[in-house]
Amino acid sequence: MTSAAPMIRLRGIRKSYGSHEVLKGIDLDVDQGRIVSIIGPSGSGKSTLLRSVNMLEEISHGEIWLDGVQVNSALTGRAFETHINRIRQQMGMVFQQFNLFPHLTALENVSIAPMKLKGKSKAEAEALARTLLEKVGLADKGGAYPARLSGGQKQRVAIARALAMQPKAMLFDEATSALDPELVDEVNLVMKQLAAEQMTMIIVTHEMRFAAEVSDHVLFMDGGVVVEQGPPEQVLKAPTQERTRGFLRKHLAQ
Amino acid sequence: MLDFSVLPPYADLLATGALWTVLITVLAGALSVVLGVLLALVTLYGPKLISLPLRGIAFLFMGTPLLLQLYLLYYGLAQLGVLLPAFWTGVMGLGVHYAVYNADIFRSAIQSVDEGQMEAARSLGFGRTAALRHFIIPQATLTALPQVGNNSIILLKDTAVLSVLGVAELVLNAQRGISATYRPFEFYFAVAVLYYLLNLAMEWALGRAARKAEAIR
Repeated sequence: MTSAAPMIRLRGIRKSYGSHEVLKGIDLDVDQGRIVSIIGPSGSGKSTLLRSVNMLEEISHGEIWLDGVQVNSALTGRAFETHINRIRQQMGMVFQQFNLFPHLTALENVSIAPMKLKGKSKAEAEALARTLLEKVGLADKGGAYPARLSGGQKQRVAIARALAMQPKAMLFDEATSALDPELVDEVNLVMKQLAAEQMTMIIVTHEMRFAAEVSDHVLFMDGGVVVEQGPPEQVLKAPTQERTRGFLRKHLAQ
Repeated sequence: MLDFSVLPPYADLLATGALWTVLITVLAGALSVVLGVLLALVTLYGPKLISLPLRGIAFLFMGTPLLLQLYLLYYGLAQLGVLLPAFWTGVMGLGVHYAVYNADIFRSAIQSVDEGQMEAARSLGFGRTAALRHFIIPQATLTALPQVGNNSIILLKDTAVLSVLGVAELVLNAQRGISATYRPFEFYFAVAVLYYLLNLAMEWALGRAARKAEAIR
């Protein structure tokens, strides 16, 4: 694939639940190393769009591409399963509710995927996991079960777990929304660090200030469409659309 | 009146009986867990064509006495020319009987695992079966542990039923002692104590496992 092609490309993404259309034709290009934030009111379809990228949500129409490979390929059955599993290994995802594996220690949470999916030896996978836990500031928590970690620590382990597959891109689904306010910064810090390392990221967030700080591009979604998009200084500071202004007013008033 | 000194000469007999009881419990218990998980998985994820009849058969096992099922397996099949050793008939009968109960427990335990677990596993690139194996089933097993443990304790006591098939477990061996000494009270009392001790050991082991499971919540 030529380096000019975007890392993630979405074309005409549509999704319906019955007769209710939640995504009404969305296009998006995210170049390698770029960071796109998606903002919008709840129910706007922003999480659904993000979850479509690695097909945790099935879309009704459109095309999804990762690094020149079509994610929603025409394959069926087992062949598609193999294909989508391989694609997902190249895209890390971080969830609002962390979704750590509670029966595994922090170290095992991070090392299990490289071990089981990439055939790395236990020693290799654990060395990698230790490096990643150190990177997210949790070098001393490898032996802890998730139940013994704070929300912020859990989310940092979850980020390390996703990074362990050495993904080409990372998807963040309201990664800090479930956290107590004082724990938000430690997670944001890790995300900023990733941004500095040129990780390609799509971030669904409620935090306008964070979006303004890290994003190259901001999408404002409402009612299943992209109402406005552009660089953060435009969309967040000088929006041209009334709906964007209304949303930001409400959010900044909080 | 009571004379427990009749027992020591039969200590070997009772000990052998206890060993067989433990062996049957371990084998039938293992079968009931493995088969229970499989049944739960098939009825949850398998095609309706298989899962519906299976649930029907399971209902038959729950709705009829264990003793009757063992008679059917042992004497009924023998009449049809299928001769199974009493020991294995007992292990199979007990194992399947309790598998049906365990399947219900595993089924609801699997369903109670948060959906986010499957999503997290899938997002990493695990296939559905691998996700079940590495993440969902281990967690469901921990949830199911107390109830499956209770079933295993009931199973241990139900091994006594195998005496009617002539399996030399605790009860049958006690009866052998009784027919030599005419001392039913002493022997049955001793056997009761042995069952009680076995159950204590089992509860202790289950308690340890449960505390381990609790540590991750």
